[in-house]
Amino acid sequence: MSLAVPRSAPDAPPPPLSDDARRVVADALERLAELPGALLPILHAIQDGLGHVPPAAVPLIAEALNLSRAEVHGVISFYHHFRTVAPGRHVLRLCRAEACQAMGARALEARLLERTGVDFHGTTADGALTIEPVYCLGNCACAPSLMLDDEVHGRVDADALDALLDEVRR
Amino acid sequence: MSVTVYVPGDSSALAVGAGRVARAIAAQAESRGLPVELVRNGSRGAYWLEPLVEVATPAGRIAYGPVREADVSSLFDAGFLDGGDHALALGATDDIPWFANQERLCFRRVGLIDPLDLDAYAAHGGWAGLDAALGMTGADIVKAVTDSGLRGRGGAAFPTGIKWNTVLGAQADRKYIVCNADEGDSGTFSDRMIFEGDPYLLVEGMAIAGIAVGATMGYVYLRSEYPHAFRLFREAIERATAAGILGADVRGSGRTFDLEVRLGAGAYICGEETSLLESLEGKRGQVRFKPPLPALKGLFGKPTVINNVISFASVPDILARGAAWYRDYGVGRSRGTLPIQLGGNLKRGGLVEKAFGVTLRELLYDWGGGSASGRPIRAVQVGGPLGAYLPESQFDTPLDYEAFAALSAMLGHGGIVAFDDSVDMLEQARFAMAFCAIESCGKCTPCRIGSTRGVEVVDRIRASLDREKNLALLRSLSDTMLNGSLCALGGLTPYPVLSALNHFPEDFAPRVAGASASEAARA
Ligand SMILES: Cc1cc2nc3c(=O)[nH]c(=O)nc-3n(C[C@H](O)[C@H](O)[C@H](O)COP(=O)(O)O)c2cc1C
Ligand code: SF4
Ligand code: FES
Repeated sequence: MSLAVPRSAPDAPPPPLSDDARRVVADALERLAELPGALLPILHAIQDGLGHVPPAAVPLIAEALNLSRAEVHGVISFYHHFRTVAPGRHVLRLCRAEACQAMGARALEARLLERTGVDFHGTTADGALTIEPVYCLGNCACAPSLMLDDEVHGRVDADALDALLDEVRR
Repeated sequence: MSVTVYVPGDSSALAVGAGRVARAIAAQAESRGLPVELVRNGSRGAYWLEPLVEVATPAGRIAYGPVREADVSSLFDAGFLDGGDHALALGATDDIPWFANQERLCFRRVGLIDPLDLDAYAAHGGWAGLDAALGMTGADIVKAVTDSGLRGRGGAAFPTGIKWNTVLGAQADRKYIVCNADEGDSGTFSDRMIFEGDPYLLVEGMAIAGIAVGATMGYVYLRSEYPHAFRLFREAIERATAAGILGADVRGSGRTFDLEVRLGAGAYICGEETSLLESLEGKRGQVRFKPPLPALKGLFGKPTVINNVISFASVPDILARGAAWYRDYGVGRSRGTLPIQLGGNLKRGGLVEKAFGVTLRELLYDWGGGSASGRPIRAVQVGGPLGAYLPESQFDTPLDYEAFAALSAMLGHGGIVAFDDSVDMLEQARFAMAFCAIESCGKCTPCRIGSTRGVEVVDRIRASLDREKNLALLRSLSDTMLNGSLCALGGLTPYPVLSALNHFPEDFAPRVAGASASEAARA
């Protein structure tokens, strides 16, 4: 699968954090580092604030939690939820799991990818929308389902999908 | 006097427009000068009727649904605030046969009340189980849970009381209660409905577990796909703590129990209990070798009760009403009720709570109403992505752990996903392998490599490359995964694969170019 995300060379240092990003990271560390098992809550707080976990945050997290960078990186890469590249203004997660398949999710997926011209994890050229796969949103009785930002949409047919796409790309 | 109108705030109801309906009702009431009190209840679980609007009348709650934003004005015109007649009127909610024929124990409050309203929770029987437990010894609480016959509702169906007893007997300076709310199985949403419809029930169940085994701290591990449930439950914890139900003096007993909710991060394997514990500890969600059991060495190495949401949520009534009362429901070694989730291609999807013993056919047709598309139901997957696909000939199987095991199938968390005859079972088998490959924690080879190989082999079968050889390879690969995997992700992925192959061999036969499998089979 081709990923329409920019990638830097493996050894290039990550781009430095902006002042805003630095504040979000510092705030997350200050509030949460003392929790038992703090790493996931910290990563969530950073991604909630910045839309992603910037690679340049890894050394700061590692230092605060007394972990190696490799350990922090290993955790980030293990979980599908965390992304290391900034998403578009909106994130659309399309459910690809069985109950949605039974109600036409495969056709919906084809339409979504075709209409946006990106593959999963890609962001449209206008920066409006990032598309991600998800496996069940707990909306299986009102399938097919997708989540736009934090909101679930159910019984999504081609027209409803088109309307949502028009809305976010306006 | 104002009239109480209920419009669910449940995320599935919101997904089909309940938020817009609620706003329209508020706006119409305002412009018509009619005093209305809107209550955002959980969903009653009849998702086919959502958005389901109810009005409290002297004759009880009257239902209307499914209501669209555009219907609201005509509902007011029809006098729905007095229970007036309308094309969407369904009569008294409790008399709708879909509800009337259920046995709602665990879900009896869900959809009835404002989920965060502590007074409503208490008024509808809340805290009776916890209060009973506070007057009992740990051993007696555990005995009641054991005697009830309750088995874990997360999938493995292990007797809950026996697990609790191990933790009770363990000596340690700290013990933990952990709730598995990862609910990753496609076709399941009962955990979510508890969070969004009756969160104090889970608070109560976990507190009882803490009191029983001597644990003072509980964690709920909730999947990140449920942000709405997360916000609601965090608020529920805050309110329960402020009300002295959680904290240093649980309901004035002098006992301590605190609760915290943590988010997962989109990994299906983190529903496996040891992987979940790793994740809670801030690590990669890799499965641990057992032994040691989590009951002896669990979270942060301490004795830990880990149960599914529905397991905990079943406990308060067992304490309040007695083990025998619960045990009286069910069949064989499957006691009590199961909140069954009907999803996929069904006319009337939603949550049906019934005693064990109800058949798949009753659920699919009496409750489910047959397929949504109007075509024949061809296959049903029960128990999530690791569950077998059952053909029509097995629809008379009763919901019973042992009856399903006898078919090399499982009930799992009670999700039932129906497919009509347009389904391509080769494609479903391929998805099962692909899903395993995506979600594998990577610890063992049969799962990590086998699933990727499985996808390739299915692709070759579809392309009719060495079909017989590749069919044999798919079976032997499945066999290796079944017998050589550390956990049930690799170990049960062969269930959907082999059941597709065994019950729907025509979909694995050579294809007419361009035809779908079922068309090819019929050609
Ligand atoms: C791959 C995999 C995924 C699982 N996912 C869940 C889940 O989402 N929720 C759950 O309660 N149990 C899940 N389980 C079962 C748990 O390992 C464990 O049996 C359960 O949390 C015990 O609680 P119970 O006895 O109350 O069912 C899963 C198991 C496996 C192997
Ligand atoms: S079977 Fe798969 S998910 Fe389970 S431990 Fe092995 S590699 Fe991990
Ligand atoms: S399978 Fe798509 S919401 Fe559950």
